[in-house]
Amino acid sequence: MADDEDIILSELDDEELTLQMHDDLYDGLKEEIEEGVNILLGRGWQPYDVLTKALVEGMRIVGIDFRDGILFVPEVLLAANAMKGGMAILKPLLAETGAPRMGKMVIGTVKGDIHDIGKNLVTMMMEGAGFEVKDLGINNPVENYLDTLQSEEYDILGMSALLTTTMPYMKVVIDTMVEKGMRDDYVVMVGGAPLNEEFARAIGADAYCRDAAVAVETAKSFMAKKHNRLTA
Amino acid sequence: MAHKLQEMLARQGWLLADGATGTNLFNMGLEAGEAPEIWNETQPKSITTLYQGAVDAGSDLFLTNSFGGNYSRLKLHNAQGRVRQINRIAAEIAREVADRADRPLVVAGSMGPTGEIMQPVGSLSHQNAVEMFHEQAEGLKEGGADLLWIETLSAREEFAAAAEGISLAGMAWAGTMSFDTAGRTMMGLTASDMVKMVAGLKHQPLAFGANCGVGASDLLRTLIGFAAAGPKLPIIAKGNAGIPKFVDGHIHYDGTPELMAEYAVMARDIGAGIIGGCCGTMAPHLIAMRRALEERPAGDAPDLETIEARIGPFSSASDGSGGDGPVRRERRGRRR
Repeated sequence: MADDEDIILSELDDEELTLQMHDDLYDGLKEEIEEGVNILLGRGWQPYDVLTKALVEGMRIVGIDFRDGILFVPEVLLAANAMKGGMAILKPLLAETGAPRMGKMVIGTVKGDIHDIGKNLVTMMMEGAGFEVKDLGINNPVENYLDTLQSEEYDILGMSALLTTTMPYMKVVIDTMVEKGMRDDYVVMVGGAPLNEEFARAIGADAYCRDAAVAVETAKSFMAKKHNRLTA
Repeated sequence: MAHKLQEMLARQGWLLADGATGTNLFNMGLEAGEAPEIWNETQPKSITTLYQGAVDAGSDLFLTNSFGGNYSRLKLHNAQGRVRQINRIAAEIAREVADRADRPLVVAGSMGPTGEIMQPVGSLSHQNAVEMFHEQAEGLKEGGADLLWIETLSAREEFAAAAEGISLAGMAWAGTMSFDTAGRTMMGLTASDMVKMVAGLKHQPLAFGANCGVGASDLLRTLIGFAAAGPKLPIIAKGNAGIPKFVDGHIHYDGTPELMAEYAVMARDIGAGIIGGCCGTMAPHLIAMRRALEERPAGDAPDLETIEARIGPFSSASDGSGGDGPVRRERRGRRR
């Protein structure tokens, strides 16, 4: 397909434009994404369809190549930034049209742990995928997580730890949620360099997320199950 | 005039650097969540013990307890106003330990990443990053560090900012990056990318290399990548003592002193001049490394199969250099 012609987005048909937007997300082109979103809306697309078919699908491809070591953090952040540009246009429209929410997440590094790059990446990727994320920062005691979860309607709790000395604190948070009878109201995802599946299972989390791309995929599949339950 | 580090390297052929800082401090009672750098002020005796441990185990060079001693990291502990002081004390204690020893020792002022992502993808500007590194460099210089030692970086922009900050303090330096993501740094740099990047810096370091990352095997593979790119500067190897394992509720690095001794000899044979450890590397590891470097004759550089057979497998199929790795998707069309 490579030719030397400049691409005029408005001259592409819906299918080609959608594919072009996937490419533009991949390349982190924010203005082109904003333009594409506006063109699709102008053609009468539902905001929710623009979100899922053009943006979320494009970010899914970015996530796959990040997972496979083809894209790295800088490219992913640029893609997430372009995605956010599109989201800013869609967000008020999504609220108006009562489209299904992508989901809301509380995230933070656990008490005793001051590392935040991994958590920040997850935040950016989750926002890039259309989730609303409340980032509590580092060194969070159990109250921070629980008070925030109860302050608004959240779906997901994400906890991060880089230290083997701090990862057991995740269990403290989950145990407290169980005590308060609120564990089943949320999906709990955990991540961080020293963690693994086995640890996540042992402390009663719903999922271990190896990297930011996996976190997004996991969150999406949990939200899909939740929507299905609600409509069933 | 040659720097002390260069003189010692020329005389001995290789230098043994130190091992872990964090792992050792946790063993001395550092609580998770505490900033190790604050201990320079509150527990100077423990910091003396930390340095003395590396010296007694045979290190020729050791790093100061100042890894997270920049404005951005100390801000997390509300200590951003004491950057200069905390770094000065870290270097002063090290200077004392070094000057008391009966052999020449190099005090390297450790400087880790800011933890922020730089523009254009992140929010930290080049100017602010330079300022942060400069501030820390001045403190370490004041305390008497022989040179400054950038470590565990992943972004080329930040590495360049650190070099610039250090040049403002007029200090000699060395710098290492952490190759922990399928053989590349988190930001996607390969070993050969780093060699090229370092060659282009205005304020040239005395040495460059790799630290931390994923285990000792991966680190040696990165060294092979450096050597293949034909670097002009001495190479630094500071690998972790194996990989962290979660055993009975506590963490344990699975690399034995024997494994680290093998790693040290192979690092030298690949061409590293400054060899040490990182996370999990304790005094017994350093002692075994020194003995192996002294007793075992130099050999041919090991290939990847030999490394795998002697100290274990790699974490990924390739290190991302050369054309054999995964490639980016083809674009549908051309833009502008």
